[in-house]
Amino acid sequence: MLLNQFLLLAALLFCIGVYGVLVRRNGMLVLMSVELILNSVNINLVAFGALTDDVGGEVFALFTIAVAAAEVGVGLAIVLLMYRNRRSIDLSQADLLKG
Amino acid sequence: MNLLLLAAEGATSVPLAVSDGANWFLEHAWIVPLLPALSFLVILFFGKRMPRKGAEVGIAAVGLAFLFSVVAGIAWIDHRDNFTLPEESGEHALVIDGSSESVDQIVLAAEETPAEGDHAEEGAAGEAHGEAESPTIAVHSSTTWFHNGDVAFDAGILVDGLSVVLLFVVTLVSLLVHIYSTDYVAGDRRYTHFFAFLSLFTASMLFFVLSDNILQMIVGWELVGVCSWVLIGHWWEEKPNSDAAMKAFLTNRVGDVGLLVGVIILFWAAGHGSFDILTINSNIISGGVSHTALVVAAMSLTTAVMSKSGQFVLHTWLPDAMAGPTPVSALIHAATMVVAGIYMVARLYPVFFEGMQIGGSSINLLATIGAITLVFGGLLAFVQNDIKKVLAYSTISQLGYMAMALGVGAWTAAVFHLFTHAFFKACLFLGAGSASHAVHSFDMKTDMGGLRKWMPHTYRTFVVASLALAGVFPLAGFWSKDEILAGTGGWGLFGGTGGNGAYTFHLVMGTVGAALTGAYMTRVIYLTFFGEFRGHGTPHESGRRIIVPLYILAAFALFAGLFNLPAGFITGNHSSWQERFGHYVEPVAGYFPPISHATPSYSLAIASSLVALAGIGYAYWYYFVKVDRLARATGESLTELPDGFVSKSSVARAGHTLLVEKYYLDHLYTDVIAGTTKGAIARGANWVNQNVIDGTVDLAGRTSVKAGQLTYDKIDQAVVDGTVNGSGRISDALGGIFRRVQTGKVQQYAALLFAGAAILGGILVVVLSL
Repeated sequence: MLLNQFLLLAALLFCIGVYGVLVRRNGMLVLMSVELILNSVNINLVAFGALTDDVGGEVFALFTIAVAAAEVGVGLAIVLLMYRNRRSIDLSQADLLKG
Repeated sequence: MNLLLLAAEGATSVPLAVSDGANWFLEHAWIVPLLPALSFLVILFFGKRMPRKGAEVGIAAVGLAFLFSVVAGIAWIDHRDNFTLPEESGEHALVIDGSSESVDQIVLAAEETPAEGDHAEEGAAGEAHGEAESPTIAVHSSTTWFHNGDVAFDAGILVDGLSVVLLFVVTLVSLLVHIYSTDYVAGDRRYTHFFAFLSLFTASMLFFVLSDNILQMIVGWELVGVCSWVLIGHWWEEKPNSDAAMKAFLTNRVGDVGLLVGVIILFWAAGHGSFDILTINSNIISGGVSHTALVVAAMSLTTAVMSKSGQFVLHTWLPDAMAGPTPVSALIHAATMVVAGIYMVARLYPVFFEGMQIGGSSINLLATIGAITLVFGGLLAFVQNDIKKVLAYSTISQLGYMAMALGVGAWTAAVFHLFTHAFFKACLFLGAGSASHAVHSFDMKTDMGGLRKWMPHTYRTFVVASLALAGVFPLAGFWSKDEILAGTGGWGLFGGTGGNGAYTFHLVMGTVGAALTGAYMTRVIYLTFFGEFRGHGTPHESGRRIIVPLYILAAFALFAGLFNLPAGFITGNHSSWQERFGHYVEPVAGYFPPISHATPSYSLAIASSLVALAGIGYAYWYYFVKVDRLARATGESLTELPDGFVSKSSVARAGHTLLVEKYYLDHLYTDVIAGTTKGAIARGANWVNQNVIDGTVDLAGRTSVKAGQLTYDKIDQAVVDGTVNGSGRISDALGGIFRRVQTGKVQQYAALLFAGAAILGGILVVVLSL
């Protein structure tokens, strides 16, 4: 089976997502990168589910998509409020919690 | 001559006797003290609301106790009759053949009980240990109260002839005194309280006589002491009464120390760790006890007897105790409580028998104290004008007889005298109370005289009881006193010997005492009932509730002596009527020492009667002839001759003064002993207080301050505060380091998160691949 290919694809997507989260300053792009990470996990779930002939993998992927939708809702609301307050969604400036 | 012989060689082979479940009434004799004890509580809590203020409860309880005692007495006689020794022979005598085979000593059941926990042995001590077949006589029933270490503290009853006699005497006299008191103290401000304590006293005394161990005896002993104290001070509002109560209590404490010491010695030396009377007595008789310990124990217990039973030098509280109400004097200070000491000696007789070598004719402490007491107490009775004080000294003198009898080995005679004395002395006290009830005074010289015209019943009973006390044939006192005199074994002149040795000195003292008794009672009768009335108003005879008890007691004074006719007095078919009292009362068992009995002697009986009659006759001649004649001639009511030998002879005057001052014993105690010691003790106590106690307290205070300062400086400031401050500072420093991580930049946190996850993942991979 083509498991390795799926895993490689998922790893690639995960790394791109992590890169985006760590490096991009735009809040929107960070959220999108988070989606990449989540979806790389989904690919893994579906791939392993298909490998073991278990429908649980696909079911779990559907759950993840639902949770990701909720997460994005909250994340977008945060970014929107941040924009309203600062007229900017640059994450490097959001350091009010500095110790 | 037929004689109850428990000869020395025989008694040791008698098996130790313990109950095998004899009779319901004997096994449950504890009900007897329980009844008045309950009555005490009922009267105390509900008495005042009752129609007769609680008196009816007391009378009912004591009446029931009396009935129970009578039934128990009958049961005892039955039990004793059915008890057969292996070698019993003769119709009315237990002659134990010295050559007969000895019966094996049976281990006392009580010795085995403590090991088995706190099981109750309802009178079946013997049965529980598989000894149901052993000959038994004493009914012993006990239960373990509590354990302390290896020592079992038992509570139980020991019923034998001695306790049954005491049960009978105590309940009978108490019942009559209760009835008498309903009239005598009628209208008193503490009427209910009085009856409550009469009940408590009765319960305590019964508890005491049923004790099966010496610890329980102490409890009963102290309880009767407390009741005595309460009842002497019944009218405590008047200072002399409360003083008398305190004197009685404190004097008794002197003896109580002796009792405690004696009991502790017996516990270790004779009981080998047991308080049980049977164990102690049989250990002593079987010879396993150090003689020195017994000597000391007997001496200590004699001190207790001296205080409780009014023996010489510690008797001074007893005349003062007459401050209490007369029924109390009759019950407590004549018939029952004061014989507690005598009873204790009789109960623990082996201690005295072995400790004082009573069998050996030696001059021993107990007999000598008794002999001195009976004469010196009798002498004091002559100079008293208070009728109750005369009777109090008479009681002291008679208690002296009992102590002497025990001291010379005449055990049965002592107990028999206790028995008869209780009746006639209670009768005399109640009669004196009846007379004083009529004239509102106890002073014979100022307020009495000629009362026989107004009080015929009191007069008759008083005379009967006086004759019984003086030992006139055939009244009760004659038999018991004669038995004591015979028991001294000192009458060697005409063949009346035997007993435990020749105590000639004690015989002489006892005979002199008989003369004194007759003389002072004649004096009392003359001063009270003859001559002209010297008081105020018109006396009148007391009511039925006073008269009936007097007659009952007078009947006993008449006939009680017949219970123990001396052996040889009756011959033929009825010879089994002799020595009934001794036969049923004297323990025939291994817990009683091998005493030998004296031979009764007609010559001694006649001689002592003549001496007593001489005493009566001299007093009669003095009062009824000389004083009376002079009184008629002068028309005055005289009580003494104005030119008697006291006024003529300086020696007699000195003697008289000595007697009036009561041998200066009270002066000795209060002025010399208390007076010289209390200042020194007070100064010593003050010095100790200032220097030792205060010094200790001050030192403790100063040390505490120093210790506190040290603690504050070294421990609180350095250690505790240091720890607290140090932990604060460390937290502060650590916070300063770690705050730098908190940049507030979300992406840096995310980077740390991923780095951490990557590290954990790496570890996982490494671990899995191992």
